[in-house]
Amino acid sequence: MNAREPTVNPPLLEAIQLEVNIGGHRICRNLDWRVDAGESWAILGRNGAGKSTLLATTAGLRSQHSGRLSVAGLALPHASAGAAARAMARVRGYLSQHQIDPFASTVMESVLVGRHPHLGRWDWESADDRRIAGAALTEVDLGGFAEREVQTLSGGERQRLAVAQLLAQEPLLYLLDEPLTHLDLSHQVAVMELFARRAAAGAAIVAVLHDPGFAARYCRQALLLFGDGECLAGAADEVITATNLTRLYGHPLRELRADGDRWFVPC
Amino acid sequence: MPTRRRALVILALLVLLAAASLLAALMTGSFAVAPGAVLRALSGGADGVGTDVVLNLRLPRALAAFACGGLLALAGALMQVLLRNPLADPYVLGISGGAAVGALSAMLAGLTLAVMNLAAFAGALAAMLLVFGLAHGDSSWTRSRLLLTGVIVAAGCGAIIALILTIAPDEGLRGMLFWLMGDLGQAISPWPALVVLTLGLIVTLPFARELNLLARGDTLAHALGVSVDPLKHGIYLLASLLTAVAVTTAGSIGFIGLVVPHLVRLAMIKLGWGNDQRLLLPAAALAGGSLLLLADTLSRIVIAPQQLPVGVLTALLGVPVFLFLLGRQPNERP
Repeated sequence: MNAREPTVNPPLLEAIQLEVNIGGHRICRNLDWRVDAGESWAILGRNGAGKSTLLATTAGLRSQHSGRLSVAGLALPHASAGAAARAMARVRGYLSQHQIDPFASTVMESVLVGRHPHLGRWDWESADDRRIAGAALTEVDLGGFAEREVQTLSGGERQRLAVAQLLAQEPLLYLLDEPLTHLDLSHQVAVMELFARRAAAGAAIVAVLHDPGFAARYCRQALLLFGDGECLAGAADEVITATNLTRLYGHPLRELRADGDRWFVPC
Repeated sequence: MPTRRRALVILALLVLLAAASLLAALMTGSFAVAPGAVLRALSGGADGVGTDVVLNLRLPRALAAFACGGLLALAGALMQVLLRNPLADPYVLGISGGAAVGALSAMLAGLTLAVMNLAAFAGALAAMLLVFGLAHGDSSWTRSRLLLTGVIVAAGCGAIIALILTIAPDEGLRGMLFWLMGDLGQAISPWPALVVLTLGLIVTLPFARELNLLARGDTLAHALGVSVDPLKHGIYLLASLLTAVAVTTAGSIGFIGLVVPHLVRLAMIKLGWGNDQRLLLPAAALAGGSLLLLADTLSRIVIAPQQLPVGVLTALLGVPVFLFLLGRQPNERP
């Protein structure tokens, strides 16, 4: 990887010789990976390659098999319970692939949930928290939805609500598992631009994506998971190529260029 | 979502409701006592038959009713969050079945009321630990595994109960049936239940916001910094303990633990306050206590001089109320 300016703060995400397994299947081995503030990473790979599993591991939701893993200096899996878990939740946010609503709730109430790590045990959400939540809703184009019942939202609206909840959490490291699920094209662009703005403002993004064109356009770095334990991490320009993608997806792909953007289409 | 001040106003109103229910319970019965006389008796400023009836007969039973209703509603609300199912109740995981096996065995053996209460409590704890151990297994908990284990243990208890009822002598059957239906006439002292209810609220309220997150799924709760497994184990043990104390005090009174939290949640959602356990847990405890207190008062007078087991009344009232609520649930997207 590139040489970097020495930083005082620990990297937002650091994996050293990381090995992650699930169900006897090896997702990555000997992975050295570092995510710093301002970076935006795409994780690409075919179905079942372990993109979500790797992301959940870096979020501290499951344990790695071996190797060192830390988020903003907090070592995992140690920091996945107790007071360290709360500190962790102020630093990294995780957007799950599935949103569930077993109980009825309003949109505003659901967004305010994101403020939990910032509140003390006896605190109630303040006017400030409500302002942050309202701004997050506006940012995902759900401005007038605050009082709507969550269970009446469409799939795309529900997904944007989950994004708003994550924005209200105000983490430094955004771990996004398929953030574009259920979204129409305009909202896909809007959500990617919104996260790109966060990265430009000093946060870091790691997003599991399915469209290599979106990855090339909105992410500056990429991590390819080949599904056999081999990984390739680097600058998006160098890593996201027709040759690599053809191998990654097991299907021939061709690169098209338009106005400086690179798009990849199946041959 | 309510603000803290609004939540306190609602809780204050519910405290008033509880006080009114208590007053009604102390006034009502075969020997009517005027409200003023009840208050004088409570403040210790009067003697006589009325004072005696109020202080020694009605007050302990009324307090036991309130405490059991509160315990069951609080336990039900916790179970609904734990199982992430608005239709869960305190008995779904077999606690009442275990208590019933203990209590009925003691009755069959002809033991005293105090021993019977101990046996009921021991049975409830045994069922709770059995389900906890079996559901835990060698891996971490899953909801479906917990639910299945609980339902199967409950079914096993049901079979043992049926066996005991079959072999029990005729003169013991009536007492057993009253116990199974739930009846406050058998309450010895209200204090254990009241103390446990108070402690239960004190223990859960600091975790109420974390419970809000848990209700939205383990992954979300974990990602937002909640220590999910210890919290889940804690709620399970606490809710089971609350249920065990309620069942030990007054038998398996049905529907309070299911209907009250559900009703409170529905009212909060209607008011646009969502599903906030910081208000819901204490509100359910107060409303459950008041409701069981009123139901018990009714059960004493409805076919006087005979008394109904209060469980019959809560079921008779609970079933139509619940069906009505279910029919009015807002349509969700598929």
